[in-house]
Amino acid sequence: MAKRKMITIDGNEAAASIAHRTSEVIAIYPITPSSNMGELADEWSAKSKKNIWGTVPLVVEMQSEGGAAGSVHGALQTGALSTTFTASQGLLLMIPNMYKIAGELTSTVFHIAARAVAAQSLSIFGDHQDVMACRQTGWAMLASGGVQEAHDLALVAHAATLKTRIPFLHFFDGFRTSHEVTKIEYLEDDDVRSMIDDDLVREHRARALTPEKPVLRGTAMNPDVYFQGRESVNKYYEAVPGAVQAEMDKFAKLTGRQYKLFDYVGHPEAERVIVLMGSGGETVEATVKFLAEKGEKVGAVRVRLYRPFSIQHFVDALPASVKVLSVLDRTKEPGSAGEPLYLDIVNAVAESERSIKVVGGRYGLSSKEFTPAMVKAVLDEAAKDKPKNHFTVGIKDDVSNTSLDYDPSFSVEYPETVRCLFFGLGADGTVGANKNSIKIIGEETDNNAQGYFVYDSKKSGSLTISHLRFGPKPLQTPYLITPGTANFVACHQFSFLERFDILKYAQPGATFLLNSTFGADEVWDELPVEVQEVIIEKKLKFYNINAYEVAEKTGMGTRINTIMQTCFFAISGVLPREQAIAEIKHAIEKTYGKRGEAVVKQNFEAVDQTLAHLSEVKVPAAVSSQISRRAPVPFGAPEFVKDVLGPIIAFEGDNLPVSAMPVDGTFPTGTTQWEKRNISLEIPVWEPDLCIQCGKCVFVCPHAVIRHKVYDKGLLENAPETFKSMDSKFKEFPGMAYTIQVAPEDCTGCTLCVEACPAKDKTQVGRKAINMAAQPPLRETETKNWDFFLDIPEVERSAFNPNTIKNSQLLQPLFEFSGACTGCGETPYVKLVSQLFGDRAIVANATGCSSIYGGNLPTTPWAQNKDGRGPAWSNSLFEDNAEFGLGMRLTIDKQNEYARELLPHFAPELGSELVEGLLNADQSDEKGIQEQRERVALLKQKLSMLKNDTKAKDLISIADMLVKKSVWIMGGDGWAYDIGYGGLDHVMASGRNVNILVLDTEVYSNTGGQASKATPRGAVAKFAMAGKGIAKKDLGLIAMSYGYVYVARVAMGASDQQTLKAILEAEAFDGPSIVIAYSHCIAHGIDMAKGLDQQRLAVQSGHWPLFRYNPDLALTGQNPLQIDSKDPSVPLEQYIYNETRYRMLAQSDEERAEMLLKGAQADIKSRWQYYQQMAAMHYGNGNGSEAKEESKGE
Amino acid sequence: MTDLTTTYLGLTLKNPIVASASPLSKKIDSAKKLDEAGVSAIVMYSLFEEQIIHESLELDHFLTRGTDSFAEALSYLPDSGSYATGPGKYLDHVTAVKKAVSVPVIGSLNGVSKGGWTKYARHIQDAGADALELNLYYVASDPNLTAVELEDAYAELVAEVKGSISIPLAVKLSPFFTSIPNVCKKLAEAGADGLVLFNRFYQPDFDLDELDVVHTLHLSNSTELNLPLRWISILYGKVKADLALTSGVHTAQDVIKSMMAGAQVTMLASELLANGYKRVPEILSVMEAWMQEREYLSVKQMQGSMSQQAVREPAAFERANYMKVLGSWRDLP
Repeated sequence: MAKRKMITIDGNEAAASIAHRTSEVIAIYPITPSSNMGELADEWSAKSKKNIWGTVPLVVEMQSEGGAAGSVHGALQTGALSTTFTASQGLLLMIPNMYKIAGELTSTVFHIAARAVAAQSLSIFGDHQDVMACRQTGWAMLASGGVQEAHDLALVAHAATLKTRIPFLHFFDGFRTSHEVTKIEYLEDDDVRSMIDDDLVREHRARALTPEKPVLRGTAMNPDVYFQGRESVNKYYEAVPGAVQAEMDKFAKLTGRQYKLFDYVGHPEAERVIVLMGSGGETVEATVKFLAEKGEKVGAVRVRLYRPFSIQHFVDALPASVKVLSVLDRTKEPGSAGEPLYLDIVNAVAESERSIKVVGGRYGLSSKEFTPAMVKAVLDEAAKDKPKNHFTVGIKDDVSNTSLDYDPSFSVEYPETVRCLFFGLGADGTVGANKNSIKIIGEETDNNAQGYFVYDSKKSGSLTISHLRFGPKPLQTPYLITPGTANFVACHQFSFLERFDILKYAQPGATFLLNSTFGADEVWDELPVEVQEVIIEKKLKFYNINAYEVAEKTGMGTRINTIMQTCFFAISGVLPREQAIAEIKHAIEKTYGKRGEAVVKQNFEAVDQTLAHLSEVKVPAAVSSQISRRAPVPFGAPEFVKDVLGPIIAFEGDNLPVSAMPVDGTFPTGTTQWEKRNISLEIPVWEPDLCIQCGKCVFVCPHAVIRHKVYDKGLLENAPETFKSMDSKFKEFPGMAYTIQVAPEDCTGCTLCVEACPAKDKTQVGRKAINMAAQPPLRETETKNWDFFLDIPEVERSAFNPNTIKNSQLLQPLFEFSGACTGCGETPYVKLVSQLFGDRAIVANATGCSSIYGGNLPTTPWAQNKDGRGPAWSNSLFEDNAEFGLGMRLTIDKQNEYARELLPHFAPELGSELVEGLLNADQSDEKGIQEQRERVALLKQKLSMLKNDTKAKDLISIADMLVKKSVWIMGGDGWAYDIGYGGLDHVMASGRNVNILVLDTEVYSNTGGQASKATPRGAVAKFAMAGKGIAKKDLGLIAMSYGYVYVARVAMGASDQQTLKAILEAEAFDGPSIVIAYSHCIAHGIDMAKGLDQQRLAVQSGHWPLFRYNPDLALTGQNPLQIDSKDPSVPLEQYIYNETRYRMLAQSDEERAEMLLKGAQADIKSRWQYYQQMAAMHYGNGNGSEAKEESKGE
Repeated sequence: MTDLTTTYLGLTLKNPIVASASPLSKKIDSAKKLDEAGVSAIVMYSLFEEQIIHESLELDHFLTRGTDSFAEALSYLPDSGSYATGPGKYLDHVTAVKKAVSVPVIGSLNGVSKGGWTKYARHIQDAGADALELNLYYVASDPNLTAVELEDAYAELVAEVKGSISIPLAVKLSPFFTSIPNVCKKLAEAGADGLVLFNRFYQPDFDLDELDVVHTLHLSNSTELNLPLRWISILYGKVKADLALTSGVHTAQDVIKSMMAGAQVTMLASELLANGYKRVPEILSVMEAWMQEREYLSVKQMQGSMSQQAVREPAAFERANYMKVLGSWRDLP
């Protein structure tokens, strides 16, 4: 058998590698965790990588997974070998086509990184809920349990589908397999060719639709024959198990790796056997082997081919001795008689007439850990006389008592295996370095190697945990390194020691590596006492390095990755030190070489300077620290925050029992205020002597950490000593005091406030009214100041008009401290909406960045005011957000109508003044709304006295709908331009009073920067590696075509006033409105501090013309279109070449970049002319002169 | 027939008009047009030390930033694999220009620090350049850095570059030295085959509306000629290096003056950027007519004819004020 090369890759690459080489047409759409299969396919084709027939597969991005499935269906019907990749809700969108593809007996394979589906909440993590929702579609389902299997069985699936004509879902566990980096044997092109029968490929083509040999496929059948037609395919399904096994056998001859439809492992006379599929099978296999070697009669059946389910093959796989089968499903079907695999096994046993007890249980939902300890608990349970059925394992279910207890210390890992844990900061490059480390170990030693990476849910200041295992023995360990078992623990960020119990993972005698700003002789005294205790108790070998100092010296900034990697190799001894350093350098060259020599040189210097700074710390015999680990949330936090959210913040959420969870996914808002992250080393400091009180700093702050207030001077009597204040310059508030205050522990340090500040010191222009200063020395005093500031009453909303920037920022933000990227370009718009309308807003949020920073646990940024009012928020799906929001509007409209219908019935009890007041209230401003709220309160009070009147009860229940509500439909361009466009279009056309805010980053930001139809010509994005060749869709122009939709295009960095005006007008417009907001983004490859400058340049170059289209103007004979920006005045290149997304094309393909730049510049010219003509048109009976004046812009 | 030929850096050139480093050499097309217009050599736009290092680090920064931090977006930009961040694109361009034009091509390297990047001098040579122009300019803002230290560093750098190439080396200088002749002598001794006087720079300006510092680079005009004219005249015959005059050359008269001061060649960019390629034949034609009218046979005949060594009043080049005194007082026999 030929020796093949060993490579270290993840499961997605393993599967995509086969799919790309066996396909002609690939349709893709991003969805976590499958996105990078599509990205790789796109990248390989962009680099002209060929399939096994010597031609480059055609890769096309679609607008949704439904679209991808549709185009694959079409490609298949016309004879191409076609594939796609997806997960979760994406797979659910493919189901309609899947029925068709199967019904037409069409050969294809869809590769699925199996993921949870959104139910009580969304989850991006792995389980089998998505694939199990497809088991009825008529597709064969083949499950892989690890990275090597994902590679191998992908090929088996592509071979078997051609043989059987049955389409295959090839799936593996999202994240656990899709993202695990493991050393595997690579299948060469010749291997793939050996498995794919070209005659069958030609037969597939021969079935294609062609006008040369026309047929019709896809008829409509009637009661007379549909049933028979449905039954006509049975023999094809019956043939599948045999055919798949034959392919597996053929594969075994080729590679030596033998798979079976049902692989049995364990004791030959096993009595207790676990049945399951996916990566959990690895854990079960390792555990039963361990126990069987100790004489326990236990075994496991790993299901590979789940559909068609072969009872015969299953029963044949079972030893005759089996008494109990414990069937584990990684899915949940509420209300079912049992989960799907369990029911299939119950049925199989019944049909086989074997006398075996079958129990079922659930495990591992949303990548919940599944460990040998849990496997043992399942087997132990099976040994009981009356084993629990429908159990759960891996959680504590104190509500339905389904869960099995387990001993977490039980382990089956080989003593030779080395386990290493690295706690890093997202920005420091720890994960990237560890991916390189695991490749070095995997490819440069005989060790098996595995790397798995855990991230928190924040997009800024996030924590990463790298789990690395290596050793001579096989690594059947698809689970995290468990407490007390790590040989090596590295903490790359000192502050983590204050927040998390990191050293609980260390085994006695383990090595602990710490990056700190302290010397080896001083670090001990800086450690929290809990850390000192563990170091002494476990006798840890303790090493310290000031990696930041090395990084600073070598120009690496905060990226300490190669430095810490060098320390790891130096201490761990996995390779001889010199060889390790040579390999690290080799990896650096490989990773960074293409980016230029300077990068390589800089990293080399960092490696070379590391060891001189690494020291072993002499550990004293006793603890000495006065510092203690901090509680995850402050003492004063509400109970739910302390008891439920606190453990999640502390990475202890796995320990929360079922009873701690809300039953329907409902969570309190305003909880980010309790999660003090302290992620910025610098915060803004206000200089009152320079401040002109313009409010721009407050306006642009993405995290609502800088605020201003005017207030009674008398309040200053109790102010902390360092609290700053000045006289108010607001004309509405003369004689009052004014303060700008920063939340020191919530600031992310983006500096947008400093960039926006227009006030410069006349004697020293570098000093502004807002400047950055080091946070640590300010933390304590500014925290007190912030608390004092929060206690100052908010300015009464009705006391001023919010139509100026400074006034608008007196409104309390009801969206604060989100986990968005530092310097995010989206959140200032979201925050502004929350300020202007938050106390009466309902938000429908499309899945994407805004739903993640808006609604990802542990804490939520949508907040409440002192009256307990604030935005009510929900996320339905990615594709249906506009419709979701419309539904909200319809409820409000209907219930408002019903309330108005009921009101007159109670005129005698309520008095006609109140009734008339309620019915005819003018709610066009804050005062009117406030008065209506007071009327509603009075209404409820009066109605509550009519105790037995059901209509009164009804009216009370909907009375709040009499107060004006503001429905906001928010989402990114991926939603608005692509997947949700059909719904968006319909909702705009509905004429209903909804407000749509499109946060246009011109790319799918949340899934990592894939092109959308909003991506501009010439920009590079994933799925558009060669630079997008066509112009950005003009969503604003399309929306204007309705004529009755309020449309605005805004960019707050270019004109904050126009942004404010547009959002106020959009909300005031009694009909559908859409505001398309330029949102600079990390995916643009810009200095985020310059995001506002880029917005300005986008407008000045004409790429992003500002306008407002107000249909109400047409009613008065004016042109509804008002262009708010001036003629394009700077060349497009001056704007775009500040951004890596454009520049990288100029650097990789200058000719194409120039060609696309020319095209984009021409787009600007023609669009600008078109807009000008539209704005100059005469409307109605008016002479248009007013509109003409307005169109001159600011 | 008037002989317009000259020699510079050992190259025989058909006339003394050389296209200086400018955006005009960034395109093959425009380089060809320069050639067709009649320039005698083309100095390529500069490859900057900052460009070599900065572009690479910047690309790396933006491709790396935010990666591996968030489970759904392990990166934000595709990493296509090969980027022309360093000198690769520049070197390819030198080769392409060299192939496309009939006149000598002079590469241009801009930087001040010693180190790995100077190896690109060799790469420029390998790419086909006939000579190399090293552009030296460092804004000394550190009060502890002495003139001698800086000048010595320049000389060391010139020696390092010279040691790495076999093609001729010209050094382009700024006028901001206390003793220009001494610096030029040091640089010539360090290996400079030619000296190009003088460089023009982006200079800081103030935006009074925004109170920001902005950088501007204006095209030159003929009044700027006088500064290099003085120093070429003074240096002619005193340093063992060819002299090239750049800055303020716009007319045939400017070229003629430059030759008379002692320059081997003049370098033009602003005039061509402002008024087009046609200015080359126009200037050459006026120059030739002027020479014919005054019966100059060749450019060589003119070169240095009004240098400090050649004029009757050498002190005219050494005094910056009191011009009247200089001209009015004389020993009578």
